Amino acid sequence: MRTSISTLSVLHPRSLDHALELLRDEGTLVPLAGCTDVYVGLNFGTLPATRFVDLWGLDELRGIEAADGVLRVGALATHTDLVRSPEVRARLPILRDACREVGGVQIQNRGTLAGNVANGSPAGDTLPVLAVAEATVVLRSADGERRVPFNGFYTGYRATVMRPDELIVAIEIPAVEGGQWFRKVGTRAAQAISKVVMAAVRGPRPRIALGSVGPTVVRLSATEDALASGASIAEAQRVLADEITPIDDVRSTADYRRQVALNLLARWWGEPEPTATGSA
Amino acid sequence: MEFRLNGAEVEVEAHPLARLLDVLREECGLTGTKEGCGEGECGACTVLVDGVPVCSCLVPFAQVRGAAVTTIEGLGGDHPLQLAFAELGGAQCGICTPGMVLAALSLGPNPTLEEVRVGLAGNLCRCTGYEAIYRAVMSVPAAP
Repeated sequence: MRTSISTLSVLHPRSLDHALELLRDEGTLVPLAGCTDVYVGLNFGTLPATRFVDLWGLDELRGIEAADGVLRVGALATHTDLVRSPEVRARLPILRDACREVGGVQIQNRGTLAGNVANGSPAGDTLPVLAVAEATVVLRSADGERRVPFNGFYTGYRATVMRPDELIVAIEIPAVEGGQWFRKVGTRAAQAISKVVMAAVRGPRPRIALGSVGPTVVRLSATEDALASGASIAEAQRVLADEITPIDDVRSTADYRRQVALNLLARWWGEPEPTATGSA
Repeated sequence: MEFRLNGAEVEVEAHPLARLLDVLREECGLTGTKEGCGEGECGACTVLVDGVPVCSCLVPFAQVRGAAVTTIEGLGGDHPLQLAFAELGGAQCGICTPGMVLAALSLGPNPTLEEVRVGLAGNLCRCTGYEAIYRAVMSVPAAP
């Protein structure tokens, strides 16, 4: 580990309320859950933070529940918990598909959905699913709770509306009407970070979101409008090309990502309904 | 801090944010757990925490308080999976082998080839081409 361990400190709250008090009173603390992102930064010496609060023991943040048509995913629910959840399988199979392609089982066993949201990578596999499902991020601080639409959560590259004294306590996902679709395009199904990742819903109004084609996950509202108003797929692809801003980086090129995004749109729209969700 | 290591209750003093990998190797003297990439991509450092495979390079020591940790040393050396890896060419250079064996151990009894492939997808091997590893795992019908 390249970070000097002696410079680091961690607080162990007894409860969620205690954790929120620490975040209010102790200055900036980086929350730890499954550590599958934070420890990559520590291992490579690229994480500037030195003070942490460990949430892993707060069982009140575990659990996946469905009530009144809403799926509520506790902040410490792991990708493995989501893959195994009958509620997720029944209501939002594309979330299960996305969680199965996050890292390998070791990462799925430890990494959490809320951590994927908080980390805010534009390549986060689960994020396009939350965008098309129109999820809500439930934030809590010592002052109370507020609910932020997922599609308004990010303000820029790895930047969010969260305050330093807030924690994500749950992700809430309303019922989704219409056929669901998810594809991750990467070098390898397991482990590889996506080159392009897409989720879509063919409901009363089409919903489309893409990852790895801009500084944040993007909901493609203009492309959705075009398809909703009866545009041809070629027209919709032209609209989509203007809605995304892919870049060249170590994993892919802007040109490749743009072409794959157009191809995914055409493949999804061309599939007969009801669409399969990609896995058994 | 107290936890269970390969079946025995132990008390180990280490920084709460030290990597479980480093505590196992440097404080506990169990060097069977290997460091590969240090970023959760290769699976070489896989150990079981309460029976579940994790990358020990990404687990802070504090998070195994009270948990049961199993490393390759906990299998003793003549576990059927270890013997199968040795006999069927599932191990070559050996760096991925402890993690592979532990990931395989966490699969239920009689896994299908697809379950083995998915269960070991987080463990990279640069020598074997995987086929010999899959054969080794599949040859142990009911991994206990």
